[in-house]
Amino acid sequence: MMTMRQIRFHGRGGQGAVSAAALLSLAAFEDGFEAQAFPKFGSERRGAPVESYVRISDRPIRSHTQVYAPDAVVVLDATLLRSEPVLRGLTDGGLAIVNAEGEPEMATGEVAPRWLAVTADRISIEHLNRPLPNTVLLAALAGASGWVGLPALETVVRRHFGRKGERVVGANIEILREGYRLGAAGGST
Amino acid sequence: MDRRDPFRLNALTSGHRACSGCGQAMAARMVGDLIGPDAIFVNATGCLQVFTTHNAQSAWQVPWLHSVFANAAAVASGVEAARRGLPGSERVVVQAGDGGTFDIGLQCLSGMIERGHDALFVCYDNEAYMNTGVQRSGSTPHAARTTTSPPGRLSEGKRHLKKDMLAIVAAHHMPYAATASVAFFPDLKAKVEKAMRLRGPRFLHVFSPCPLGWDHDAAASVQVARLAVETGLFPLVELEYGAVTGVMRLAQRRPVEDYLRLQGRFKHLFKDAHGAAELRHLQALADANIRRYGLLDATTAWDTGEAGRAQRGGRGGYAPAHGAAS
Amino acid sequence: MRRQLEGSRAVAEAVRLCRPRVIAAYPITPQTHIVEHLSQMVADGELAAECINTESEFAAASVALGAVAAGARAYTASAAQGLLLMTEVLFNIAGLRLPVVMTCANRAVGAPINIFNDHQDSLSLRDAGWIQLYVESNQEAVDSMIQAYRIAEACELPVMVCMDGFFLTHTFEPVELPEQAQVDAWLPPLRFSRALDPVAPATLGGGSEPDNYLEYRRAQHQALDHAADEIVSTAAAFQSTFGRTHGALIDGYRLDDAERVLITLGSVMGAVRDTVDALRERGERVGALKLRCVRPFPAAGLVHALRGARRVAVLEKAISAGAGGIIAAELRAAMHAAGIALPVDGFVGGLGGRDLTPASIEAVFAASAAAGPAPIGCQFVDVDAADEAARPGE
Repeated sequence: MMTMRQIRFHGRGGQGAVSAAALLSLAAFEDGFEAQAFPKFGSERRGAPVESYVRISDRPIRSHTQVYAPDAVVVLDATLLRSEPVLRGLTDGGLAIVNAEGEPEMATGEVAPRWLAVTADRISIEHLNRPLPNTVLLAALAGASGWVGLPALETVVRRHFGRKGERVVGANIEILREGYRLGAAGGST
Repeated sequence: MDRRDPFRLNALTSGHRACSGCGQAMAARMVGDLIGPDAIFVNATGCLQVFTTHNAQSAWQVPWLHSVFANAAAVASGVEAARRGLPGSERVVVQAGDGGTFDIGLQCLSGMIERGHDALFVCYDNEAYMNTGVQRSGSTPHAARTTTSPPGRLSEGKRHLKKDMLAIVAAHHMPYAATASVAFFPDLKAKVEKAMRLRGPRFLHVFSPCPLGWDHDAAASVQVARLAVETGLFPLVELEYGAVTGVMRLAQRRPVEDYLRLQGRFKHLFKDAHGAAELRHLQALADANIRRYGLLDATTAWDTGEAGRAQRGGRGGYAPAHGAAS
Repeated sequence: MRRQLEGSRAVAEAVRLCRPRVIAAYPITPQTHIVEHLSQMVADGELAAECINTESEFAAASVALGAVAAGARAYTASAAQGLLLMTEVLFNIAGLRLPVVMTCANRAVGAPINIFNDHQDSLSLRDAGWIQLYVESNQEAVDSMIQAYRIAEACELPVMVCMDGFFLTHTFEPVELPEQAQVDAWLPPLRFSRALDPVAPATLGGGSEPDNYLEYRRAQHQALDHAADEIVSTAAAFQSTFGRTHGALIDGYRLDDAERVLITLGSVMGAVRDTVDALRERGERVGALKLRCVRPFPAAGLVHALRGARRVAVLEKAISAGAGGIIAAELRAAMHAAGIALPVDGFVGGLGGRDLTPASIEAVFAASAAAGPAPIGCQFVDVDAADEAARPGE
């Protein structure tokens, strides 16, 4: 079905870009794919720009280099569009999902082949009283790309938040479903 | 293993290469025999390691491990952790000189105590780096001559004070910390036995003269050690969880000069007015110890006079063979 | 069982399967997750070990030393400054011939301080008397950890398993974890013949003099030499039981008929394999070789594996400042000793976490297509162009 899909997450320390990448790789693994996720860590503290990478493939993944030609980028904070080259290397037809209320706009004027704006902060605040955009955007990516399924995402989110109790798990599942629906609706063009 | 002597274990047996009159050799032999055979000994680098092991020879008749200079307490932590929960009753003993305790080994010692390892740390204090040829350490007393704190036109020997090691150790919520001296064997014996009855980290600080480094007659080591106690310069005390619980009362108070005059390392203090000033400082340090621990008026089972006579009067109460000390 | 795990977690699971009785460590990025996971396993009762949280790496290595000397299997892990703080003890462990096993989560050495990956830390300790294995993937990290204890205990030599910080320690990827019963059968409990024991009191770590020190060191060198056989047989035994191999001393990739070969170590090998495939599709006769074991240095194996090569490039993430690449120099010496005139281009790159991209790997292959003798010393990969302009002629 697929060869190699590469995804790059851009966020700020504390927003969950690293966790989102890990969860995506776990969901892909759950769906029977080979998957790899890793952060471009730094001595970053909260608020500093961070990147993380995911590879999904139906064959073993050997390379451990960073992702230079992503098939999708996920931007957890729209202010990064002003300062970070978040679209660099994006493949032809590549998808850019941004946590934003309106039309995303790069400071450089660049445009992605496919833009998808998702009000991830708002959805997260509605369900969790906190802006934690990562799960919403993760689900939106799944909905828009079809690379991983919603059931697999729900499984890994249940496992990941299991220690925090049923209420947190439930809220995150709600978030996943809403994100997935938005992704499937907006990303199918 | 030579255990023919029914009266003592000979944990540290004869034939080692210590200098004549070595206080550390005396102290280690006493401590090793009192602890008995059911123990694993970890040694820091230093004189004791050098003079007891040589090529394939060893004077130790107990299991003995030496790694490097600074890490004896950490190695012992590993030995103790490895033994935890296993059958067998052996205990862990660390041996180090003042360098391996006060200075380079202090961090590992602090870690061992803080983590609560069940080990006795014994510091044989000869107040300088003797193994490398008498350089000053954090334990060298004020005004003493060493090769790196030489007296000279601008110097009266070591400028700084000896660290209060016992207080540093006691500040670690320490179950047991005590000082002892080769000159007061019954007291040392009681302290080793008490330490071995307890569990958790324990610390024993044994005053161990070095005839070479202190420049005194090799036959005078015990006399010098006794005077260090009787002048108040090296009080014999016990602390439990930081509180003083035992003090050896001074039967009589001796001036510090009686102690200092026997040793070449203080000779320069007797030459001129500068030296005389340093002598007053040293007397003041002894006086402060006497006040701090109540060395003249403590209520104790025995005093320095009685303890000294007990030792000279008999065989000194060595442990029977095979370590009935526990 | 096949699981999707972070590298540090995978290694911690492998350590758990080896049942160490004492674990001692001091936290340092990027090693921290490994010991955090192990601490949690001990806290949850999944691993019956003593976790000793020491006050320094120097003490952590010392605790491991003491534990093994007392007969317990022990584990420690560190990186960079922490590994160098252990240096004195690491030499000592090797001299005492204690089978300690540790993970080095490879990281650059300061100054300037840098938490990211290269191999300067462990390669600087190549003379310490430890067996050093460098792994390419988290699966190899897991499998090498289990092999490491068997090798260490068979040879009475310490083993350092070196895995790239972040590139492996912080990467989620699938790993197959063996069953406990399988590992128990393959790795019996430690029986250390020289363990400290009051019943048979022995002296460990006594003094030595000019009249026998040389013989001790020669014996240690010979033991490392002989360890090569043990590493090979252990890898074979592992493969027959667990069905996986990552090579033993070296691991060649498409070496048959390869005229140009790139030699490297660690996680970059995966991208090198991809590059070899891409260049092969373009008709270039290239191959690659992973140096899995740096100590003992597999000189004979390298000479044999490279017998058909016309030119070799060594790509390494460490430098002997003032001399050049470390592995390149050792390879040149091995080839020279074997009487083979093989040009060896030394490349140093990926220092301090600089990603070695597919483009940089291709550039190394392209540079090694040159004719004539290879330059002495090393060439730097992906040096910042502005910096190059400011310091010409290097």
